[in-house]
Amino acid sequence: MYWKTPFKKLAAMLALAAGLGAGMTSAYAAELGYPEKEELTFGFIKLTDMAPIAIAYEKGFFEDEGLYVTIEAQANWKVLLDGVIDGRLDGAHMLAGQPIAATMGFGTKADIITPFSMDLNGNGITVSNAIWEQMKPNIPTQADGKPVHPIKADALKPVVEKYKADGKPFNMGMVFPVSTHNYELRYWLAAGGIHPGFYAPHKGDISGQIDADALLSVTPPPQMPATLEAGTIYGYCVGEPWNQQAVFKNIGVPVVTDYEIWKDNPEKVFGITREFAEKYPNTTVRITRALIRAAMWLDENNNKNRPEAVKILSRSNYVGADYDVIANSMTGTFEYEKGDKREVPDFNVFFRYNATYPYYSDAIWYLTQMRRWGQIPDDKSDAWYKELAAKVYRPDIYQAAAQSLVADKLARADQFPDFANEDGFRDPQTHFIDGIVYNGHKPNEYIDKFTIGLKSGQKL
Amino acid sequence: MNSTTVNTGKFYGFRLPQLESNLLGSAVRLVALPLLGMLGFLLLWSVTAQNIDTSLGKFPGPAAVMEQFKALYGEHQRSREKEHAFYQRQEVRNAERLAADPSYEPKIRAYTGKETFVDQIGTSLVTVMSGFLLAAAIAIPLGIAIGLSKTLNSAVNPIVQIFKPVSPLAWLPLVTMVVSALYTSPDPLVAKSFLNSMITVTLCCLWPMVINTAVGVAGIDQDLVNVSKVLRLPALRHVQKIVLPASVPMIFTGMRLSLGVAWMVLIAAEMLAQNPGLGKFVWDEFQNGSSDSLARIMAAVLVIGFIGFLLDRGMLMLQKLVSWDKSSNQ
Repeated sequence: MYWKTPFKKLAAMLALAAGLGAGMTSAYAAELGYPEKEELTFGFIKLTDMAPIAIAYEKGFFEDEGLYVTIEAQANWKVLLDGVIDGRLDGAHMLAGQPIAATMGFGTKADIITPFSMDLNGNGITVSNAIWEQMKPNIPTQADGKPVHPIKADALKPVVEKYKADGKPFNMGMVFPVSTHNYELRYWLAAGGIHPGFYAPHKGDISGQIDADALLSVTPPPQMPATLEAGTIYGYCVGEPWNQQAVFKNIGVPVVTDYEIWKDNPEKVFGITREFAEKYPNTTVRITRALIRAAMWLDENNNKNRPEAVKILSRSNYVGADYDVIANSMTGTFEYEKGDKREVPDFNVFFRYNATYPYYSDAIWYLTQMRRWGQIPDDKSDAWYKELAAKVYRPDIYQAAAQSLVADKLARADQFPDFANEDGFRDPQTHFIDGIVYNGHKPNEYIDKFTIGLKSGQKL
Repeated sequence: MNSTTVNTGKFYGFRLPQLESNLLGSAVRLVALPLLGMLGFLLLWSVTAQNIDTSLGKFPGPAAVMEQFKALYGEHQRSREKEHAFYQRQEVRNAERLAADPSYEPKIRAYTGKETFVDQIGTSLVTVMSGFLLAAAIAIPLGIAIGLSKTLNSAVNPIVQIFKPVSPLAWLPLVTMVVSALYTSPDPLVAKSFLNSMITVTLCCLWPMVINTAVGVAGIDQDLVNVSKVLRLPALRHVQKIVLPASVPMIFTGMRLSLGVAWMVLIAAEMLAQNPGLGKFVWDEFQNGSSDSLARIMAAVLVIGFIGFLLDRGMLMLQKLVSWDKSSNQ
C-alpha cells in the first residue's frame, strides 16, 4: 500500500510540531521522568508555616515521588539562606522576600527561584505587657468590654512618642531585613503614623533606622519571646507559634494579626537555586507536586486534618512547642489578650484561594515595600518590577506539577487557577488596614499612595 | 598495744571483726558517703526546682528529668521502628521501579528521619574522639620535637603561648569558612558539619598535649640521656627507647587535660554552629520552648556530665596501664 509512507511522514511531522509547541509553552515535559537527584536536604525555621514540608514528609508525599528528604531546623534566616546558596541545603522554607532580595543583590547575591508559595497569613504583632497597659486606654472597647479589633498603630503612637520625649529608644523585633514581618510591622506602624525608618544601602546603611520613631532590629523567630522577656525589645512581629507562646508564657499580648493588616497576604515560599531547577528539572517538579499535595491535605475538608497536623508540628524535630500553643492559631482561632480568643478561620491558609500558586503580583508587592523603605534606593520602572518578579516566581514549574497531578487523578483542575487564562497577577487587592488598594500591574502608582515612605523620584 | 593486735596472730577468729570493720569502713567511704552526697544533692535540687518559676513552668526536678529520660528513650525506639519501615518501603519502591525500568540500578538510601537523643550522644562521642585522636597525632610528635630541641622550642613557644588561651569558639567561624571553601566534593565522605566540629575540637585540645609532652621530654633524667649517648643510639631509637617511655606520664597528663577540654568545647561548638550532637539537642530544645524543654535540657546536661566523667576515668585507666607511675589516681 503505497500511501502508507507519506501518511507516516505526516504523522511524524504532526507529532514533531506538537512536541515543539509543547516545548514552547513549557520547558517541562508532560511525561514526568524519574528524579535526577533523590536524596535531598531541606531547611526550615521553627514556625507553623513550615507545615507543608513536614506533612509532605510524614504523609509520604515526598517518597511517592521517589524523593528521600532529610528535614533540618536552621538557627536563623541568614544561616538558612546561606545553606541554600552554598548547596548544603537543596531547598528551604523561605521568607518571600529572600529569593527576591537575593536575586536583586540586596544582601548576598544569588539566583534563587520559587515554584511554590507556602501559605497565606500566619503572622502577628505582639507587644510586652507593659506596653499593652499603656496602649489599652487608647483602644475603643466593644459592648463586652473587650478591645475593638483590628487594633491600629494609632493606639501605640502616644506610647512611642512618650518614649521618644524621654529620650528612650523604642525597640522592636522582626526576623530578617527582607522578611514579611519587617514589611508588615512597618506597614502597620506607618499606617498609624509611626515612622519605622529607612534603609540606605547605597550609603552602606543597612540597619534601616534612618528617621525612625520605632527602631526595628533582627531577632530569630524562636528567640522572640525570650528577647521580649529580657526587655531588649518592647514588641515584635513574627510567625506562629511565637505570638501565642507569649500569651501562654504571660509575657506579652498579640495586638494584631497580619490577616488584619492585609487579608490573605502571601507569606513564605519554597526556595531553591535556579541552578538546581535547571540541573534537576524532574526533581524540581516532583518536589512541587509533593508540596502541593501536602498543602491540599492541610486544607482538606474544612481544615479537618489540622489537629493531626498540629500533633506532627509539636514534635521536637519540627516546631516543638506545646500542642496547645500551636493549635491555638492552626485550628482557626487566635488568642489575643489572655482569655480573649477569637475566630480567625483563615489565620493559616495553605491551599485555598490559590495560596500555593506563585503569583508575580505577590513578588511585586514585596518589591514595592523594598522600594518604599529604601532597600531599593532608586526609582524603577513598572516593567523592571515585572521582570524581576518573573525571574524569581516560577508559575511554569508549578503548572507542570499541577497538571501532572491532575493527569494522575491526585487533584482536580478546578482546584488550581485557570492556567490558560491568567497572567500571573491577582485582581487588585483591597483589604489593607489603611484602605489603600494594591494593583500589581502598577507598582509605582501604588508606592506613591503612601504617606510615609519613599515615593517616585525620591532618594535618600 | 590493745588486745586485738595481741590476739590477732593466735586467734584466727579475731581477725574477722577487724577485717569486717575495715570492710565496713571502706564500704562507708566508697558507697554510703557518695550515696548520701547524691541523695543530698537530689533533695536540694528538687527543693530548689520547686521554687524556681520560669515562663515555661517550674524548673524541672529529678522526677521530671527521669520522666524525660524515659520519653527520650521511647522516642528512640519509635524512631528505630520507623527506620525499619522506611527501608522496607524503599525496597518495595526499588523493586517496582526495576520492573518498569530494567536499566535502573537500585540504591538503598540512608534513613532520613531525625536523630534521636541516643543518636546525638553517639554523634558527639564519635566527633570528640576523632578530634582528639587527630590532635594527639599532631601534638605528641610536635611536643617530642620541641622537647628535644631547644632551638625549635624557642621558635614554636610564642605561637603555642598565643594560641593556647584562645577561646575555642573563636575558632569556629574561621574553621567553618575554611572548611566550606576547601572541602568541596559532590559526594563527600563525611559531612561538613562533622569536620567543623572535629577541627574545632582538634584546635583546642592541641595545646595542653603539646606543652605537656614538650615539658615531659625536656625533663628526662640526664642519666638516661647519658646512657643513650654512651650507647650511641641513633635519633629514632633514642626517642623510641629512652624519650617515649620516660615521658609517658607527662604525655598522658596532657592527653587527659585535652580530652576534658575537647568534650566541653564540642558541646559549645555544636550549640553555636547547630552541628549534630548533644549541643544541638540542647539548643533545639531551648528553641522549642515546650513545657518539656527544660527537663529535656537538664537530662542532656546530666548525660554530658556523666560522659565527661567516663571519658576522664577512661583516660586515667589507660594512663595507669601504660605508665609505671601507678600512684596517680586523681
